[in-house]
Amino acid sequence: MSLLTLENVTLTFGGVVAVDNVSFHVGEGEVFALVGPNGAGKSTIFNLISRFYNPVKGDIRFESNSILKRRADQIPTLGIARTFQNIELFEQSTVLQNLLVGRQIHARNGLFSQMIFSPSVRDEERRHRAVVEEVIDFLELQPYRDKYIAGLPYGVRKIVELGRALATEPKMLLLDEPASGLSVEETQDMIFWIEDIKKQMGITVLMVEHDMNLVSSVSDRVLALADGKELAIGTPKEVQSHPEVIAAYLGTSIAEEQ
Amino acid sequence: MRYMFKRSYDADINLFKHKAQMFWYLALLVLVVALPWLIDDFFIGEATNVLIWAIAGMGLMVLVGHTGQASLGHAAFMALGCYANVIMLQRGVPFVIAFPLAGLITGVVGAIITLPILRLQGIYLAIATLAISVLTEDFIIIAEPWTGGVSGLMAPAFDIFGISINRYVTPDLFYFLALGVALLVLGAYRNLLRAPLGRAFVALRDSEISAQAMGVNITKTKAISFGISCAIVGLAGALLGLYAGAFNHETFNIVLSIQLLLMIVIGGLGSIHGAFFGAIVIGFLPQFIAISRDVISESFGLGSVFIPGIESGIFAAILIGFILFEPSGIYGRWVKIRTYFELFPFYRKGMFKRQKSFLKTERMK
Amino acid sequence: MDYSQLIVSGLANGCVYGLIALGFVLVYKATEAVNFAQGDFMMLGACIVIWLTNGDSLGISFWLAVPLTIVIMAVLGYFLDLLVVRRLFGQPQIAVVILTIAIGFILRFGVGAIWGHEPRLLETPFVGKNLQFGSVVLGFEEGAVIIVTLALALALYVFFKHSKLGKAMQAASQNQLAAYYVGIPVKNIQSLVWALAGVVAAVSGILFASKGAIDPSTGLLGIKAFAAAVIGGFGSLPGAIIGGLIIGLVEPFAAYALPAGYSQLAPYAIMLLVLIFRPAGLFAQMQKKKV
Repeated sequence: MSLLTLENVTLTFGGVVAVDNVSFHVGEGEVFALVGPNGAGKSTIFNLISRFYNPVKGDIRFESNSILKRRADQIPTLGIARTFQNIELFEQSTVLQNLLVGRQIHARNGLFSQMIFSPSVRDEERRHRAVVEEVIDFLELQPYRDKYIAGLPYGVRKIVELGRALATEPKMLLLDEPASGLSVEETQDMIFWIEDIKKQMGITVLMVEHDMNLVSSVSDRVLALADGKELAIGTPKEVQSHPEVIAAYLGTSIAEEQ
Repeated sequence: MRYMFKRSYDADINLFKHKAQMFWYLALLVLVVALPWLIDDFFIGEATNVLIWAIAGMGLMVLVGHTGQASLGHAAFMALGCYANVIMLQRGVPFVIAFPLAGLITGVVGAIITLPILRLQGIYLAIATLAISVLTEDFIIIAEPWTGGVSGLMAPAFDIFGISINRYVTPDLFYFLALGVALLVLGAYRNLLRAPLGRAFVALRDSEISAQAMGVNITKTKAISFGISCAIVGLAGALLGLYAGAFNHETFNIVLSIQLLLMIVIGGLGSIHGAFFGAIVIGFLPQFIAISRDVISESFGLGSVFIPGIESGIFAAILIGFILFEPSGIYGRWVKIRTYFELFPFYRKGMFKRQKSFLKTERMK
Repeated sequence: MDYSQLIVSGLANGCVYGLIALGFVLVYKATEAVNFAQGDFMMLGACIVIWLTNGDSLGISFWLAVPLTIVIMAVLGYFLDLLVVRRLFGQPQIAVVILTIAIGFILRFGVGAIWGHEPRLLETPFVGKNLQFGSVVLGFEEGAVIIVTLALALALYVFFKHSKLGKAMQAASQNQLAAYYVGIPVKNIQSLVWALAGVVAAVSGILFASKGAIDPSTGLLGIKAFAAAVIGGFGSLPGAIIGGLIIGLVEPFAAYALPAGYSQLAPYAIMLLVLIFRPAGLFAQMQKKKV
């Protein structure tokens, strides 16, 4: 069953067509990767799904309902959580506090109960904490629990961001370049986590990634984009050997020689 | 060094991190409650003044320190709280109803009138709130039938359940009133910070875009922050009006707005302590200057030296010192000193060093 | 009622607002911080020229005092950045805002302590002279204000468009890091921008002092100039002047048309309306942060 569907989505900035009539669907339980050279419109598609941008044409459906009527802050309540290409964490807070922000959509108490910190607020806090602790356990973030983000190395921040998205208990994760800036070992960890996220947690993953090693080891299907247009869709192998994809990456002349 | 063993999630949820911390805060509470028996009426009056500043400081801290929205217009909301309270008192509403209602009115009005400017960022928001402050001054003059215009209003006598409270006749009771309000506000503020709403505020401050991606409704959360901030500041304004006895539009002029902001910067942005430290500085500065002036003129035989405006001059000089050398304010300095002793002898100079960088533009092309 | 008279005096006032706003915009464009003390800079410039010229103090010739004031203010602006503001390099905007507010307090206090709080007027060589254009009698000062403002705006335009330094300033204001990489001394450029803001403050102060009395609190006029800068869009030099002229023109007409007490609301009301409906101002563009 398809969880997320994009249908003829087009977005223009001024005269530039950033996303050109793109359609694809992501099935439930799938790991789906978007690849393509810089400026292909991959992150823009994420920002469209996050509702930071409005498409000029087309429709985006999640669980067969259009999300175009939702505001950006309602997207996580539907079950779509995301990370950012250039890490957008809350720098002046600890890892724990960052992960707890991921629980924001599950907060149920009103302003007054929060002001007097009623027993129900305390109960809820304990439950949030329990969920967050599971995420900390899963991502092995224990050593950093009470550390401030501002002092953490890049690789850890990347993982904290993944954790914050997981803390929302999403049905679908959007990972924007999860391996960029990571070392070989860290990338290997990321591969295991993405597999576990898919298999153990049953969360569907849509990601943008340049690292073809990561893409081919975890993704079920890959969509290659260039200049906002779809080039090829299929298994990692099919897409990697697709002549147009090679052309987009390496330039047309080499493709013609082949 | 202290090692903490946390045995339940409550250790992180509770107000105090450990027993010793609780002990020191309780000791402080005992001290401030016992204060009227320790110092004379004049200084109790000054302490009351500091408490009122501290309440206003907490109000602004919610918005500036924790939500990251600059406001240069909070004198307007102090004025609203003050006038609302006194106008109700004059019409026979009992204090126990009029006072909280004044806060509520200020909060609701504050949230509503700032709604259209909430999408403004940084400097633009500061300027818009500055305009609100300037406009309010003029509105007070225009709304003469209610506000008494230029000649202002006199705070009427008031009582709580039959106990009459007056700054001059019963300064201790007035002090306890201010203390009670300050403690209530403090309690609510602390509770908010450890609850989801407080985290949403901080999230907004640090990254609006990712707060949004985590399900924080930006406009609504900012409006709530403004509302809470204005409500607290309104209560402070109501107390200030009763404390001052008489007030007019100039009591709540633009300089007060600016002073409020500068106060919490000196105290330390982003911590409740900062509001109190700032209030102590701003509350005792005039006394301090008066005393040191006497000392100087006596020891040098200069006679009475009087330079008008010296308070604001010295205040500004202190502020510049802080901005340049301790941008995290008095509280930040205090944390460093405490860390030094806690880690002794392992404290490193660079521990709190902030990274300086070229400007990441906030202005988009 | 003679509208042309209202228009001329409105334009003259508007020029002064526009010049203060120009000071805001110069510093904002270069450093993305707003110099809240620009109004007080203007006041200081005015007080210095009065101190130099007026018969009851130094009594230097007006024509010598003017360039001297400009030089003093430029040096002051330069060193203020070099010694104080530069230390905040890389810190959030609001820190600089608070710093400059404090500098404004100090300037107000310092001027009051040195020259007193009595309003004083500049003794210009052309006091009391009038220009007559048909039925419009124009005070010489008002005419001079308008002409000098236009000349200064033109000079700045040429400076930014054609001089190497002006282009470097523009580059540094658009992308500090990139400018630094191509060899522009960004920090030094910023100090020079502050010096330029000092020059603009000196000119606006001299113009203001020639047509109205000055006391330490005159600097609060800066708040009105905010309205001008906001209307202009805070990033646009011509916008600042036009915003100033709009405020200057609205004021006398509001005073004429509205009941007493309401008219002084007009500039701020306009500013709020611009902020609400066109937050980027009438002459500039602003976009959301990109992720």
